Amino acid sequence: MSANAPILALRGVNKSFGPIDVLHDINLEVRAGEVLCLLGDNGAGKSTLIRILSGVHQPTSGTIEMDGQSVGFPTPRAAADKGIATVHQFGGTFPLMSIGRSFFVGVEPTKGWGPFKTYDRKKANEIAVKAVQDFGITRIDDGDRLVGGLSGGERQSLAIARAVHFGARVLILDEPTAALGVKQAAHVLRIVNEAKRRGLAVIFITHQVMHAMAVGDHFAVLIRGAVAADFKKGEKTREQITDLMAGGETMADLEATIEGYMASHDGHPPPPSH
Amino acid sequence: MTDTTTTASVGAPKAGFSLQSIFRRPEAGAAAGFVIILIFFGYFGAQNNFLTALGTSTWLNFASKVGIIAIPVGFLMIAGEMDISVGALIPAGGIVLAMATELYGFNIWVSVLLSLAIAGAIGWVNGMLVTRTKVPSLIVTLATLFVVAGLNIFVSKKLAGTTQHSLPDAGPVSEFLFGDYHTLQFGSDDASFVIFQSLQSSFFIWIVFAAICFFILHMSPWGNWIAAMGGDQQSARNAGIPTNRLKIALFMLSAMAAALVGMTEAVLANTASTTTQFGMIFNSIICVVVGGVLLTGGFGTVTGIVFGTLTFGIVFQGINFTTFDKDLNLLFIGALLLIAVLMNETFRKMATNWSSSKK
Repeated sequence: MSANAPILALRGVNKSFGPIDVLHDINLEVRAGEVLCLLGDNGAGKSTLIRILSGVHQPTSGTIEMDGQSVGFPTPRAAADKGIATVHQFGGTFPLMSIGRSFFVGVEPTKGWGPFKTYDRKKANEIAVKAVQDFGITRIDDGDRLVGGLSGGERQSLAIARAVHFGARVLILDEPTAALGVKQAAHVLRIVNEAKRRGLAVIFITHQVMHAMAVGDHFAVLIRGAVAADFKKGEKTREQITDLMAGGETMADLEATIEGYMASHDGHPPPPSH
Repeated sequence: MTDTTTTASVGAPKAGFSLQSIFRRPEAGAAAGFVIILIFFGYFGAQNNFLTALGTSTWLNFASKVGIIAIPVGFLMIAGEMDISVGALIPAGGIVLAMATELYGFNIWVSVLLSLAIAGAIGWVNGMLVTRTKVPSLIVTLATLFVVAGLNIFVSKKLAGTTQHSLPDAGPVSEFLFGDYHTLQFGSDDASFVIFQSLQSSFFIWIVFAAICFFILHMSPWGNWIAAMGGDQQSARNAGIPTNRLKIALFMLSAMAAALVGMTEAVLANTASTTTQFGMIFNSIICVVVGGVLLTGGFGTVTGIVFGTLTFGIVFQGINFTTFDKDLNLLFIGALLLIAVLMNETFRKMATNWSSSKK
């Protein structure tokens, strides 16, 4: 298999909930060591697409291919077993658990035998801290710290490090920077780059064009459930991408409208239209 | 990796003992509350024998029964669920035991197992209803509370024609294990040294049960699963934890613990009644919350619940040893609950915000 073959591909995927079509004919590919940025406004179908990729929903028609073979993800567990890891906006971690414990949730390292198996805290903490530090988060040095005490960026990093440690091949990041400040977001973007460097395929969902352009190799813009544009890095400017996301209405047009209104209304901005 | 490098680098416990590390423990609030309450009632109740072995047994015996129920109720709360059906399962455990031995002449141990099995089945129904229907467990167990309470009276009257069952003699071994008063003292009358006096069997059951539950919650991997389930159920399921089965098991555990308390009461008093113990529902929840368990799930410790139960036991019984008006009892309990919750919140924040970079 050539290094350039896609790890994960969607072929003509449609999804409808009853009479409502949410996704139409989605074709996407993501390769190892590549970041695919999925851009779109609220309600464009990003969340549904993630749920299909992570096994929460099944496509109504169309196929999902991994390594060129058609696969199905009947449950989130099945997707996880095939190496697809989803990290949600708040990291999907447990605020009142220690770093070591939350890192190994469900697959706790144990020592002892039979019914007297005990959770191996020392081993769990060591592995968890090492995995996070390998991603460049050197501030985390004690596995007994509670996850709730970490910053938003550190929580994201912990969740990404966890996914990588447990053998993820495709990393789906659902708006990882949406709730973060500038510095924290930069932190997460560095982690994304590190994951890419390690040869993971990353699907990065965002509506912040700046963040997407900082790490993306490949971009897809979703509008009302369809892929409106699919292009490589450097093929479009930030303004063009923003315009695409806004559904074709260009920023320039919008600005002109507002300025025209203000000129005719003594400098007052227009009232909200909704 | 050798031991020396690990203690120096990551994750290993800090060497030595520091006051700070005690306060970082989330159950510190519950322990501190216990000490304060003990000193308070020790001072005001000293003249009335509060601190004697017999006085101590008064509140320990009371605490032990709430305590046996509070731990599994606490487990459920950590897992994000409630169980208030325990109020009807306490009498159910007692009357099943009494009827099985007296009415049907079963061996006492067969009756004990039968009583636990019936309680387990009711717990299973609770768990199935909660996991399958997604109806909040507060409502589901409220319904089963009344269903079981009704069954207690109905079945009692149908089978035995009464709501009061006698259990005159349960046999020496079972009396010793379930319902007897135990005293340990060295020396005779004048020069005696009393370790404990008139402690009920339920106290020892509580200690053993707490030790087993401590192992489950804090040492076995299951404890991690329970906390993860209450912290974020979706993530826990995605991580491969069998959340439904675990939840059903926890409901069965709390139902069986309640039945066990009912049996200890029946054996001790030689009688079992169908009266639903509504008070115990609130008592067990108060102990759990005073013990620092997060009402919304995701966090709690067995040590905290045990301290919470001890504190509750002193406040509930301690007023009888003081010169305060006895009518203030419930007011004290309300105040305790409020103060404990505020204190636990503070200690939990301290534990969360503690950062290793400050060391």
